[in-house]
Amino acid sequence: MSDVTLNAATANPEATPRSAPLTAVGPIAWARTNLFAGWLSTAVTLVCGYLIIRAVMGFVDWAFINAIWSVPVNANGVAQTQACRDLAGSGACWAVVTEKHRFMLFGTYPYEQHWRPALVCILFVALYIVSALKRFWNWTLIPIWAGTLTAIGVLMWGGVLGLPYVPQERWGGLPITLILATFGLAFAFPLSILVALGRRSNLPAIKVLCVLYVELIRGVPLISLLFMASVMFPLFLPEGMNIDKLLRAQIAIILFAGAYLAEVVRAGLQSLPKGQYEAADAMGLSYWQKTGFIILPQALRTVIPPLVNTFIGFFKDTSLVLIIGIFDLLTAGKTAIVEPAWQGFGIEVYVFVGLIYLVFCFAMSKYSAGLETDLNKHRRR
Amino acid sequence: MSDASVDPRFRRKPPRRPLRLSWSDERVRGIVYQVVVVALIGSVIYWLWSNTVHNLEVRRIATGFGFLQREAGLPIAEHLIPYDPTDTYLRALTVGVLNTLKVAVVGIVLATILGTIIGIARLSKNFLVSKIAAFYVEVIRDLPLLLQLLFWYTIMQGLPGPRQALNPVEGVFLSNRGLKLPWIIWEGAHTAALLACIAGIVLTWLYARQARAKQMADGQPRKIWPLAIALVIGLPILTWQAMGGPWDVDWPALRGFNFQGGTNMSPEFAALLIGLVTYTAGFIAEVVRAGILSVNSGQWEAAQALGLRHGSVLRLIVMPQALRVIIPPLTSNYLNLTKNSSLAVAIGYQDIVSIANTTLNQTGQAIEGIAIIMAVYLTISLSISLFMNWYNARIALVER
Repeated sequence: MSDVTLNAATANPEATPRSAPLTAVGPIAWARTNLFAGWLSTAVTLVCGYLIIRAVMGFVDWAFINAIWSVPVNANGVAQTQACRDLAGSGACWAVVTEKHRFMLFGTYPYEQHWRPALVCILFVALYIVSALKRFWNWTLIPIWAGTLTAIGVLMWGGVLGLPYVPQERWGGLPITLILATFGLAFAFPLSILVALGRRSNLPAIKVLCVLYVELIRGVPLISLLFMASVMFPLFLPEGMNIDKLLRAQIAIILFAGAYLAEVVRAGLQSLPKGQYEAADAMGLSYWQKTGFIILPQALRTVIPPLVNTFIGFFKDTSLVLIIGIFDLLTAGKTAIVEPAWQGFGIEVYVFVGLIYLVFCFAMSKYSAGLETDLNKHRRR
Repeated sequence: MSDASVDPRFRRKPPRRPLRLSWSDERVRGIVYQVVVVALIGSVIYWLWSNTVHNLEVRRIATGFGFLQREAGLPIAEHLIPYDPTDTYLRALTVGVLNTLKVAVVGIVLATILGTIIGIARLSKNFLVSKIAAFYVEVIRDLPLLLQLLFWYTIMQGLPGPRQALNPVEGVFLSNRGLKLPWIIWEGAHTAALLACIAGIVLTWLYARQARAKQMADGQPRKIWPLAIALVIGLPILTWQAMGGPWDVDWPALRGFNFQGGTNMSPEFAALLIGLVTYTAGFIAEVVRAGILSVNSGQWEAAQALGLRHGSVLRLIVMPQALRVIIPPLTSNYLNLTKNSSLAVAIGYQDIVSIANTTLNQTGQAIEGIAIIMAVYLTISLSISLFMNWYNARIALVER
């Protein structure tokens, strides 16, 4: 054997190694293994390809080629939507979005003050980005959150620094969605840590209370809590004391999110090896020293991806406040098409609102997925 | 190691220290903490309760469930049991519970099927198929369910009226009044056939058990499928034929402004069902995918090395292991679907939340109305999780 190879090599010393045949590497080989492996796979590929092309062409026709982007508005401020109605569904009427996007994004906030909710949205996004950076995963995050949330409150309410006061009834749209989700997280997270610790506590009374809270909340739909907040809450308070509707819904969302987050945090506490607890005890640390310095920093780090996923879940769930009549992004979208001129263009509005939700949730879920692989790096071989 | 070699001091329980009345005693601190927390929460609850009682007195709202026996006077479009607006609130709420259960059961079955298909498709070796499934999962999971429900309901309302109804197949009409399907006129023979089918399934199961026991004894596999077909399909057909084989179909037809005859699926129910199924399927697909991926490829190879056929490998080796990973998250998805069906109130399908909400608006019995909603969902949630826990315990890994 070795003689043969030796001879072959010496016979033609300048021979460069040949590249593999075109059918084994490159795009053709890729297509053969991934698209046309066998007759069944080929058939499936052809059918899927046909359906995708049909669907994409239909969508492009509807959304771009046949679409109407703006319509004339007459002297009374009523939009002339006859052109859109003539399309009879063959094209999108984006005019409803062009005309109503300010209303959908900011609700009934005073028109000339719209820069304030817009700035609030930008602040929220900045807050999310800062919180997502690993560099800030320490105690500095708490003053950053407190500062930003205060700034957001000042911007929305006004009344100071020369900003005119805007009552809460006039807030609406995207800021409400972001406020409900973010404040919900900010308050539910500490609550959930306490409940999770309580559920693993040795003290029976505290354990029972925490289990009852988590299981009761998780057993009922969010809607029933929101109904409770809107219908029953006024009965709970002493006469004359009244909390406004947004705050009541916010409390319901905090209680709801707290129960779900508590289960996520508990999973993190359980995933820590027992040795960590025992080592901390052996060092003579008190319960709160042990929890604050040894347990929580490790446990919370492991549950960040599921925490982000839970956050995506109730970012979407804040849309349920529509049912009790709070003016969030989805409610604003639904209200925009109540006007007779725009009735029947629900699809366009929901596509627009859906795109906003999609951008936020997609970014968060990609971040969570990336983080998961990053945190699991040491486990991979 | 024999017992004698263990130091007898280690076999004794540690002596119980007497409780010292001091802050440095851990147990004393524990008791104090608990008393403080319970007293705090108790006083908050007492405060809320006394406010509520006072407010109810001031507003002259009678408490209690006496209103359940009063006449409801609220029309319900869809009901599984006979219902009339002159019936009591209790009956109206029962109709609501049944409507919730109807959409939840149908939704769970369809979402499981669709979710499993998409989850398997995501693992397909075919690039296009797996990318379509991944795209579907990503988009569905990133949009609020309520938005999706409103979207589907808008599409339902955008369908043509009954006179221009879409008619894809003879007897099937799709319009903004819902989906009309032909339906056979139900007679005694059909009930008998259905019973025969159930009996056939039970007999097949018994036979399969016996055949397995025999195979365990002598190692000879026995064919089950010929008898299964005969019992499950043949028996009902024979029964039906013996009773005269009635086959009268009730075709829907346009009379005036609406359809008569046939069976109907209302647009509200259809929108809710489509929304719930497509949404939950996105989550179930991920669960199924994770479950299948969790089975080590060595299991496949080992089973094939034993000479098992592909189907047997899947049924006996892979599925039992994958199900262990799939069942717990699948249960929580079923629970989510059931709880999410409460969003029906936004599109006007009359489930328990919608009917209880109308009831509490009509009677002013806010506390009772919400208590009923919560009690119904807690009962459903606990029942599903009890059943799934039992099933999960049955298939769980038995470790020594």
